[in-house]
Amino acid sequence: MTSQQTGSPHQFPTGSDAFPHRHLLGIAGLQPWEILFLLEEAKQWVDLNRKSSKHADRLDGLTVINAFFENSTRTLLSFEIAGKRMGADVVNMHAAQSSIKKGETLIDTAMTLNAMKADAIVIRHGSSGAVQLIADKVDCPVLNAGDGSHEHPTQALLDALTIQRRKGDISGLTVTICGDVKHSRVARSNIYCLTTLGAKVKVCAPPSLLPAALDRFNVEVFTDFDQALEGSDVVMMLRLQNERMNGNFIPSPREYHYLYGLTRERLARASDNALVMHPGPMNRGVEIDSDVADDPDRSAIIEQVEMGVAVRMACLDILTRESRGVEGWS
Amino acid sequence: MKRIFTNARVILPNEDQPKTGSLNVDGDRIAAADDEPGEEIDCKGRILAPGIVDLGVFAIDKPAFRFGGITRAALMPDQSPVLDLPAMIKQSAAEGKPDLWSHPIAAATIGLEGRHMAEIGLMKRSGAKAVATGRQWIADSGTMLRLLQYCKSLDLPLIVHSEDAGLTHGAVATNSETATRLGLASAPPAAEAISIARDIALVRETGGHVHFRQVTTLDGLDLIRAAKKEKLPVTCGITPAHLLLSDIAISDFRTFTRLSPPLRSEDNRLACLEAVKDGTIDVISSGHDPRGPEDKRLPYAEAAPGMAGAETLLALSLTLVRDGTISTGRLFELLSANPAQILGVEAGRLQSGYEADFILIDEDSPWQVDTRKMAAAAGNTPFDGLPVQGRVTAIYKGGRAY
Repeated sequence: MTSQQTGSPHQFPTGSDAFPHRHLLGIAGLQPWEILFLLEEAKQWVDLNRKSSKHADRLDGLTVINAFFENSTRTLLSFEIAGKRMGADVVNMHAAQSSIKKGETLIDTAMTLNAMKADAIVIRHGSSGAVQLIADKVDCPVLNAGDGSHEHPTQALLDALTIQRRKGDISGLTVTICGDVKHSRVARSNIYCLTTLGAKVKVCAPPSLLPAALDRFNVEVFTDFDQALEGSDVVMMLRLQNERMNGNFIPSPREYHYLYGLTRERLARASDNALVMHPGPMNRGVEIDSDVADDPDRSAIIEQVEMGVAVRMACLDILTRESRGVEGWS
Repeated sequence: MKRIFTNARVILPNEDQPKTGSLNVDGDRIAAADDEPGEEIDCKGRILAPGIVDLGVFAIDKPAFRFGGITRAALMPDQSPVLDLPAMIKQSAAEGKPDLWSHPIAAATIGLEGRHMAEIGLMKRSGAKAVATGRQWIADSGTMLRLLQYCKSLDLPLIVHSEDAGLTHGAVATNSETATRLGLASAPPAAEAISIARDIALVRETGGHVHFRQVTTLDGLDLIRAAKKEKLPVTCGITPAHLLLSDIAISDFRTFTRLSPPLRSEDNRLACLEAVKDGTIDVISSGHDPRGPEDKRLPYAEAAPGMAGAETLLALSLTLVRDGTISTGRLFELLSANPAQILGVEAGRLQSGYEADFILIDEDSPWQVDTRKMAAAAGNTPFDGLPVQGRVTAIYKGGRAY
């Protein structure tokens, strides 16, 4: 499975040179070898997670706070499990039960979390740039678990790891991303990640859900899904948020399905054995048909979830190496 | 009591370059040059320019205005409460005196909600020199038509914000690569031209005077250029931010760059400079809107728009002279004479009989914009750290030094 490009660890720069960043706020700006290093590090955790005893002690005694200002089930769970498997004490803070509801500003909340001496803070927020705003104010590493329409870096990393495992080298693959690109942080992070790793990326969306100036992102832009699928090795579907379906951006879910839904028939336009991905949760029958989503030979959707835990374990490990005094990192 | 301000480089009406000489002041008025003796005040070779008339500020912020050489400020109706009643206009007009004259602008509609006309006639009697739609446009063209007819009959200019809210609703940036990278909601720049085109059509219909407070796009400026050629009563303004910064400045989510209208592409910025040069733009103003951390230390989309612009207005505008875009004389038409004329006040020009509102400027004096050290009520400037040149060394309002 390991290809030449992904390489073995000794090909990466040593110590913190392999990933010289304090936070993980986005994929934009990362070097290809930095992304590959994170993926390489994640592989050991994939193996651990498949054992019956899934415990590592690297983060023993460390406190990880998951501060989620926007509702999330799977990402929060994934980060919580990742932290716990690494031995950290994990605390979850939900917006619904936080003082945000009482009018406290984001900065005040950040300062409060900081005063509690977290060793890493994982943040999800509904507003683009909010995670960076907090990262600038706290003393520990910050992981972006999704901010507005900006970035969702661990999602792109878990997607890349999934693709690597199923397709080998990402360089040279053709990946089609389809859906609400305009509002999607998953799309942005994946565009950066995949183009940085040398994939050819095609992006497809209804014209009302395409962001401005997408042609400046080193991708091919389509509004016709059938055309966008031609020759694709990977088809990455995005979730269509319910609030976009009410006539403001698209006329109706059934029209969306007609034009942009991934059906078995449509998938035939892609390469043989093209891989189907979705960040979840899916709107079955809207952006993706069940028989495609549930086809174990074609769909990697469940594997994506599995890779998510491993990737997040790797990120927590790497970002805390400096504070843990790991040789070469402090 | 007559005073003669000697050894100055005086900015005289209709002159491109400062003229070495003196200015006579009698009481609170500028007096004609004559040979009669008076108290002499040596200006040490400084530029003596008309006090800046800042058209469309959002707060009366005297320390910032004094630093910036602003002697009169027209206050936008977007206050809390909104300036939509005669009593508020009256009270606001008295604020700031004697060293600063505030000219409150009447809200065009009650609560600036764009529906019911406010008592414009009564507000004029209370001292309103202009009417404005506030931070937003008025979507209903019928309301806009009647407003313009009404303003025309009262001989008041209508100051408008030019963004079609159907396009810009929820947007915090202009459509661009930067906005897409940052994941910020953005709107096409055409939102500006669409609203300008409609309002020009209504000017043609009514003959009322519309002042487009900030025009920031090539297409919008082209429309105004054509309307002026047609001799329609339209004027327009801009702030230094749109002349000196493009949308790339919003990278890094710095909320001090969150403005309304948003910073535009480099093409549009260059078109704005051209429009200053060719006379399409009539006014440069500060758009002064000091905002503290409660409004700005927030995620970009949640931050309030606006910049503290009063104290950087002159120094930033002087860069246009230094880089050869405009002459010093033309700069003070943009900063003082034209805004005073739009408001219909006898100020903004060093002309005999006018209010003796003037400033002395050391145009080469260097300083650095520093958000932490500003005189303004808040330091929200997108120009933080920028080295600039030009300082006001003295400010006179109605002939008195402050």
